[in-house]
Amino acid sequence: MERSIPAWLTTYVVFACIGLLAPIVIVCVVSFGGEGYVRFPPSDYSLKWFNAFFGDSRWRQSLVSSTLIALIATVIATGIGFITAYALVRGEMRARKLILSLLLMPIIVPTVITAIAMYFLTAKMGLVGNMLWIGFCHAVVALPVVLLILLSALQGVDVNLERAALSLGASRTRVFFKVVVPIALPGVLSAALFAFLASFDELVISLFLAGARAQTLPVRIWNSLHLEIEPVVAAAATFLIGITGIVLLVDGGVRRLRARAGSQDRG
Amino acid sequence: MTSRAAVKPWNDPAILILPALAFLLLGFFVPIVWFLVAALREIGGVSEIAGQIAATLSSRAVTSALITTNWIALLVTLLTLVIGYPIAYYLTVGDRFRFTLVLFCIIVPYFTSVIVRTYSWMVLLGRTGIINQMLIGSGLIDQPLPLLYNKFGILIGMTYVLLPYMILTLYAAMKAIDPSYMRAAQALGASPLYAFRNVYFPLSRHGVVSGALIVFILAIGFFITPALMGGPSDVMIAMLIERSVEILLDWPGAAIMSLVLLAMTMVLYAIYYRVTDVERMMGS
Repeated sequence: MERSIPAWLTTYVVFACIGLLAPIVIVCVVSFGGEGYVRFPPSDYSLKWFNAFFGDSRWRQSLVSSTLIALIATVIATGIGFITAYALVRGEMRARKLILSLLLMPIIVPTVITAIAMYFLTAKMGLVGNMLWIGFCHAVVALPVVLLILLSALQGVDVNLERAALSLGASRTRVFFKVVVPIALPGVLSAALFAFLASFDELVISLFLAGARAQTLPVRIWNSLHLEIEPVVAAAATFLIGITGIVLLVDGGVRRLRARAGSQDRG
Repeated sequence: MTSRAAVKPWNDPAILILPALAFLLLGFFVPIVWFLVAALREIGGVSEIAGQIAATLSSRAVTSALITTNWIALLVTLLTLVIGYPIAYYLTVGDRFRFTLVLFCIIVPYFTSVIVRTYSWMVLLGRTGIINQMLIGSGLIDQPLPLLYNKFGILIGMTYVLLPYMILTLYAAMKAIDPSYMRAAQALGASPLYAFRNVYFPLSRHGVVSGALIVFILAIGFFITPALMGGPSDVMIAMLIERSVEILLDWPGAAIMSLVLLAMTMVLYAIYYRVTDVERMMGS
């Protein structure tokens, strides 16, 4: 039932929400400014920082690297994450919580340590700047994200559907591909989107493993921030915010589809 | 039930856990152990390693970085808790529209790149940043305030980055609190403040502990935000580790400091593991 919300609480939350969104909104606005320096609000608007961003071959190259690495990481993390989530939800294991806590460790261990340890081996193997390898390493830190999303998605899948298929003589493999995968597909799509985002936004591991050849967008931003706060970085930041926005929007659409499919099942 | 003989390994989906374990073993656990062992062995025998560890841990740079790290992590944990608690509570009482709106304001920064979130505060807080531009423009101050490249900057940046973790963890715990307890307390004559202190807050304590632990764990290992927003004297342990590899090429030193940071993290994670359901991590 509705409880009365005190006015001070509403006021506080309004200000807090402004505080949460304002920095991101301001960066977006600033990136459309026409001056030679960061100013808010800009006195005139232009696309010149986006022209500078897309016109510079180094920024463009970083965009290509980021995308390729994120695609590799997405495929690996989503693939492994899906069968792992299935094993955790449907399998019978005694040390389930312990295993899960091990699988989530890449987001608990400070990324600097993970990155340096990976760099230590990567340098020895001569793989610095190898995008396939960086994608593999990104998948390590994207896996927990994928797992948490898929665990909650798979828990919503009715186990009786699988039991029915099994009792009608389908093999486990057949059940997996004909029943589990189609039902879980929206969840897998969500997980893949956030795996992509996790890799696309990752900085610390890329900082060590990218070398000069495979600098990603966050690495380029990091390098420019050590020089000065130039507005072209605002355009790059706005681009990354845009990617986040697209991922959240598509995920919202997927969730709505899933909810509608769920209500049709029941109705 | 199928007969025992028919039970092939694949009949138990638990077997599907193996690829992930192999993947993390190869891509995560082995590299970390390898790095620690190989870098420490560069020092020499066991007694030399022990001596070097003692020397590193008592050096001024490391002790002061450890103090700074814990102090900042503690302040950030308290700040996120104080700022986040009312917001999480609001999520449990607001109607659907308000809930969605507030959640949107939490989720957007949560999924925005850490470097972008840090950069946006640098744009706001810098010497010629937007806040100083506005304050000087309005005539409130003549000289720009030092808001960036000091502890204040780090605290603002890290609190902003970690606040969503706190709110989502608190919300997950508060959602489970039965609102009729508060109604009962107030019906029996408790003032709203008394009912909050003696009924609601104790019931939400589980979320407070989980949220504080996860924020503290993430804060002690933080690198990007303090490296960009801190001043020369605000060195956190993760920055010291990065510097000893990037600038000094001191692998043994980096390994010893990593070992300390890793030990702190693992002890806290063990406590987190005991008090919470790890599946609810990040408030999913």
